[in-house]
Amino acid sequence: MLFKLSLKNMKKSFKDYAIYFLTLVLGVAIFYMFNSIDSQQAMLEVSSSTRDLIKLMISLLGFVSVFIAIVLGFLIVYANNFLINRRKREFGIYMTLGMGRRQISKIILIETIIVGILSLIVGIVIGIFGSQFMSVLVAKLFEADMTEFTFVFSIDSCIKTCVYFAIMFVAVMIFNTITISRYKLINLLNANKKNEEIKIKNPVISVIIFIISAIVLGIAYYLVTGGMNKLESDEQLLVPILMGIVGTVGVFWSLSGFILKLIQSRKKLYLSGTNMFVLRQLNNKINTTVVSMTVICLMLFMTISVLSSSLSIQTSMDAELEEMTPVDLNLYKTANLPESYKNPYTGKVTNYTKEQIEDSKESISYTLESNGYDMNNLKDIVEISVYSIPGWTWEKSLGDYFETAKQQFKSLNYDTLEPIIKVSDYNKLARLYGIKEYSIENDDEYIVLCDFESMVSLRNHELNKGGIIEINGKEYHSKYDSCQEGFYLMSTSHTNTGIILVSDNFELKEEWKEQEFLAANYNANTEEEKEKMNLVFTEDDSIFYKNINDKDIKLEGMTKISIIEASKGLTSMIIFIAIYLGIIFLIASSAILALKQLTESSDNKQRYTILRKIGCDEKMINKALFRQIFIFFMLPLIVAIIHSIFGIKFILTVSAVVASTDELLPSVIITVITIGIIYGLYFWATYSGSKRIIKNES
Amino acid sequence: MSNVLEIKNIEKYYGNKSNLTKAINNISFNVEKGEFVGIMGASGSGKTTLLNCISTIDRVTAGNIIIDGKDITRLKGKHLNKFRREELGFIFQDFNLLDTLTAYENIAIALTIQKVDHKEIDKKVKEIAEKLDITDILKKYPYQISGGQKQRVASARAIITNPKLILADEPTGALDSKSARQLLETFETLNKSLNATILMVTHDSFSASYAHRILFIKDGKIFNELVKGEDTRKEFFEKIIEVQTLLGGDLNDVI
Repeated sequence: MLFKLSLKNMKKSFKDYAIYFLTLVLGVAIFYMFNSIDSQQAMLEVSSSTRDLIKLMISLLGFVSVFIAIVLGFLIVYANNFLINRRKREFGIYMTLGMGRRQISKIILIETIIVGILSLIVGIVIGIFGSQFMSVLVAKLFEADMTEFTFVFSIDSCIKTCVYFAIMFVAVMIFNTITISRYKLINLLNANKKNEEIKIKNPVISVIIFIISAIVLGIAYYLVTGGMNKLESDEQLLVPILMGIVGTVGVFWSLSGFILKLIQSRKKLYLSGTNMFVLRQLNNKINTTVVSMTVICLMLFMTISVLSSSLSIQTSMDAELEEMTPVDLNLYKTANLPESYKNPYTGKVTNYTKEQIEDSKESISYTLESNGYDMNNLKDIVEISVYSIPGWTWEKSLGDYFETAKQQFKSLNYDTLEPIIKVSDYNKLARLYGIKEYSIENDDEYIVLCDFESMVSLRNHELNKGGIIEINGKEYHSKYDSCQEGFYLMSTSHTNTGIILVSDNFELKEEWKEQEFLAANYNANTEEEKEKMNLVFTEDDSIFYKNINDKDIKLEGMTKISIIEASKGLTSMIIFIAIYLGIIFLIASSAILALKQLTESSDNKQRYTILRKIGCDEKMINKALFRQIFIFFMLPLIVAIIHSIFGIKFILTVSAVVASTDELLPSVIITVITIGIIYGLYFWATYSGSKRIIKNES
Repeated sequence: MSNVLEIKNIEKYYGNKSNLTKAINNISFNVEKGEFVGIMGASGSGKTTLLNCISTIDRVTAGNIIIDGKDITRLKGKHLNKFRREELGFIFQDFNLLDTLTAYENIAIALTIQKVDHKEIDKKVKEIAEKLDITDILKKYPYQISGGQKQRVASARAIITNPKLILADEPTGALDSKSARQLLETFETLNKSLNATILMVTHDSFSASYAHRILFIKDGKIFNELVKGEDTRKEFFEKIIEVQTLLGGDLNDVI
């Protein structure tokens, strides 16, 4: 009997369930998609080192999923609460008919179970199809080979999703039982009659608050973009964040009053159709929703910034990666090893063996050859030596600016010796790398190459003044008044903190030699061959590796392949989690907004009935309703978009990414589509739901 | 004088064949321009159904309702809404003012939804407020003013569109006696100085005594008709009481 009643209720209030159902289905689908990554086809195709990273990512995703489950849990309880509130009267009638609270709880229980099972099934089906699309995305991020397409279903993820959501449903059931047990019959029956007292704000105060909030936001925007150099520590970043939050609250508190005042002054617009009514509706409601509007706006802001900036960081990192890895291989080792070395910081003494010391006096190709490496594997070999001159430290290079720099960046090791390369040596390398070559005509000139941004700004202070430095009784000065572009070690991004190029006539003593360096390409035509050659340096059990390990020779280096894999893996991982969180935030904020609107629509039913009574036809009423809900959905979105413009700029600057509009555009488009679909779905569900509520009992 | 409202043999049935309720059972009457007509009857007599049919909210089963020469039983959809918006004015028992709008806006909205020019709206609202003595509360919200004032605002909203017919459904039902008297005097003003035609449904004899003519309805039929004529209101009131006693639904039922 109760089961039948539940089923009938569900059929009857199916549209009321729309938002609840939508949220559940999206939640389940997203949850399934992100938890099924490990079994996706793309994962089977990527290389082994990337797979390790993916393993790490999956365990990270596991943690994130718990967090997401909690967020979704709250959301579901909230959405469910809305449904129960909508049906207070119905339950009241059951109770007057003699039904006990326990039986009502049972009805709701059955309904929850049915909706739960339905949404799980639909959600997982959508998730399965969605994960096929995800697979393509994963393939793109990790550069996997996706020529063959197979349909993948992850049982693990399916079970995980079911378990997590089952727990959420149990929470919902417990919550419902508690709510029902607290109801009093009189309140249930009179539930529809409760009237909210309306508070109307002084429009003049609204205008003032709005202007103040706009200024506060403006300052916050300036602080994270133009005035960013003034932000010296992490704590100072809190200032614009707090200002942003306060400004947002202020804007939402005053916006409707401000708009009202603005439009009221334009009588033609104000006294036209239902404009007056819609504006007053907004003004009335936005007062009670300042907090939720702010939360929704900030959530949207995070979603937009995270989605679009993470995608564009990826794009521009790819470009930088390409630039910073011009050859296949970099190898280096410390030259001139002493018999023993005492670490000045830890005080630990390291003794070197005879073999190590001998090898350190030789070139890298010697090390390679003498340890059984086939030199035919390499071509375009360039070998150079890097020196360091006692006394020529960062501190010395910074000159007068050292004191200021030390205050600003306390943790830098200012006694680090500058790496010094002869200009002709560097040019050999530059020719191989395909980057700019330099020349030094006068023997007392030097050039600083540095592309790590914060270091560049430190160094330029002294270079600007000529960079005059005294070394061993001789005076030298910089050829240029600023740092120049260039590097010798490959890396994932611009991280060269400084190299000094000196004239070939500069007297560099043999004992100053600090490092031997080799750059080369693999002697191979295809990627497969290159990968094979790369294994010699990455696999622990290669003969060459064993040989140098036996002698305890420390040959360090990096290969293009490993740099790209590491970098891609890491950024992809961050992006993945960012997208996951972003979409969940988006669902959460849209759902809250939708439910809030629906709740208000039932409160507004009476007002719309009055409109109908004084002669508004359905078309006018629907138009008014549409505009009202549209504005409500758009306001937080617009404010969030404005926030995001500055937020994205900030993120890009902090992550040292210079993204051009072309690079930003695709990620922005993807973000817009994602938000458009999810937000649009909720908007549509809200509008049609509200329309139904308003039509009822007219 | 021309008839603003002509009702010809209307009937309204509810239910189905096996269980038929005749809410209105063959009613016919006319209301002339500038008349103030009261409709009285006990609850369940069919007076609200009658009003709903005239106000186009409900449809009749048979018969014709002709307002200003237009048969509204033949109007449909869009035209019906337009007709209701432009030719009828409503005053309800529970005021039906929009709580989010000021008094001024509540009156103005009746015109804005008719797409009247904004300059004219302002002028008209001020004019009517002057007549109904609500100028000083125009900037206030419904929750800031008394029930009587609310009903006068509602009356202003009903009259401002210059309707052919004003339909008032128990307008004094939610008012104390002083406010009720003020409101009825307002109705007289509307009726006399603006030549408004008013059809008022009430079960309160005192309210009814302000009308020129009263139709008594019982069980869906016109039971009696009283015309004020040259009587004073007091005499008219006594006559109403007499008819009501005669009608005395409650008493009859007891016997």
